[in-house]
Amino acid sequence: MRIAEFFAMGGYAPYVWGSYGLALTVLVYNAWIPVRRHRRLRLSIQAETRTASRHPVAPTHRISNENGA
Amino acid sequence: MIAFLSRWASLPTFYRLAGRLLPWLWGLTAVLMGAGLIGALVLAPVDYQQGQAYRILFVHVPSAWMAMFVYMFMAGASAVGFIWHLKLAEILARVSAPLGAAFTGLALATGSLWGARMWNTWWVWDARLTSVLLLFFLYLGFMALQAAIEDRRRAARAGAVLALVGVVNIPIIHYSVEWWNTLHQGATVSKLSNPSMTWDMLWPLLTMALGFMAYFAAAVLVRARCEILERERHRRWVVEEAA
Amino acid sequence: MSSPLAAAWWGLLRRDLTLSARRLGELGNPVVFFAAVVSLFPLALGADTALLRQAGPGIVWVAALLATLLSLEGLFRADFEDGSLEQLLLSPHPTSVLISAKVLAHWLTTGVPLLVITPLLGVLLQLSPLAQAVLFAGLLLGTPTLSLLGSVAVALTLGLPRGGLLVSVLLLPLFAPVLVFGAGAVSSALLEMPVLPYFYMLGAELVLAVTLVPLATAAALRASLGS
Repeated sequence: MRIAEFFAMGGYAPYVWGSYGLALTVLVYNAWIPVRRHRRLRLSIQAETRTASRHPVAPTHRISNENGA
Repeated sequence: MIAFLSRWASLPTFYRLAGRLLPWLWGLTAVLMGAGLIGALVLAPVDYQQGQAYRILFVHVPSAWMAMFVYMFMAGASAVGFIWHLKLAEILARVSAPLGAAFTGLALATGSLWGARMWNTWWVWDARLTSVLLLFFLYLGFMALQAAIEDRRRAARAGAVLALVGVVNIPIIHYSVEWWNTLHQGATVSKLSNPSMTWDMLWPLLTMALGFMAYFAAAVLVRARCEILERERHRRWVVEEAA
Repeated sequence: MSSPLAAAWWGLLRRDLTLSARRLGELGNPVVFFAAVVSLFPLALGADTALLRQAGPGIVWVAALLATLLSLEGLFRADFEDGSLEQLLLSPHPTSVLISAKVLAHWLTTGVPLLVITPLLGVLLQLSPLAQAVLFAGLLLGTPTLSLLGSVAVALTLGLPRGGLLVSVLLLPLFAPVLVFGAGAVSSALLEMPVLPYFYMLGAELVLAVTLVPLATAAALRASLGS
């Protein structure tokens, strides 16, 4: 009986569970998207580096160190 | 001071530091949210006036708090970036905006759901919800402005001006809306703003709030790292990191 | 006793007013728009006097906001296009002071005409003399604030595509308090409740805007012009 009561939330189930579900969706989405984007960026940078090393070209674009030198 | 800031605000240092902090922050988020949810949904007693529906408060209030906090963070970061020309601060301001907008939207939606059953209306022009609605527009304006300007530097500086003008306006908006609300007071005695709180209702609320905060810290760091990778992708340190 | 700064300020004000006077036709646009928008509401809401009296002040305020939004585009555009805006930023005088002259010119050529026809529109909306008076006084304080806030929004979006739309989005939350107090003053008057607090708030906002906004607009212009 208690579990059923828990899910029913005193008759307000759609509102309460709707709110928590919405919160969960929003938070998970906003966490997942950047994590996925980060992964993709890393892969794309790795791919670029491999291509560059395989086809060395007279540098039209210098790879600079962290101080912009 | 500038030298100190420049060193710690260096993008590669931040990138690596953020990378090390992230697992801890996600873990902290999970623990706090988990405990908070159990407290909110199971342990907290039933409210004698509102029954089980009041439990929406445990996501609504932290969302509203975060909506405000993130705006302050965004404005602060914008100011620091503007005054000291720090790219990191500009990046942090830019990436926190969508998160702030998400919290604001969530606060509005959950507030609406709460009001729907309580007062049989999907929207209530109560002071807090109206202020939050205007805050939502402030966020959207900031994001729209940044999106419309190609040059990142100009976008950051324009955004900073907007954010700071908005910050001055927030207390004014809040105050004016409260005044307006008391004038047009209808049936909206705001249980939304002042639920009577005992400790066994308060601790889940605070725990959820801290959980949201930890989440924000983690989400901001991930987004900032993405932004840094995008902007600096041709630098040697990035190439080495990504390998 | 005039300093170079005062001379520059007056000069700029006179220049902007003269330029506007040469394009008198353009000045009419916001006014006509204002009147047109207000006239649409009785058509949409029905001619019920009581309803118009209640909704009227709010309608006028919103219409004034929309009409001003229309005219804001021109605040910096001409100077931006012919390069005089950059000259303004390069001048030795504090930019914020010079900007206040431009904004004043804008208010004189947009806000004031709106104020002038407000009584006429009040008649259209069946407003009582008391409502008219409070409405007018509120707009008198509110329209300069609107011009000021608008100047920041326009400065931020200078030269951007569809900047006009963006200006509206930016201005809405910033202007909301003025709207609330301005329209609230009229409601309060009609309920025979004190009106002075509302005017204090409108006055305070105006003072705040006059002192702080030109600085923000100057910063925004610098950001937009990339100096």
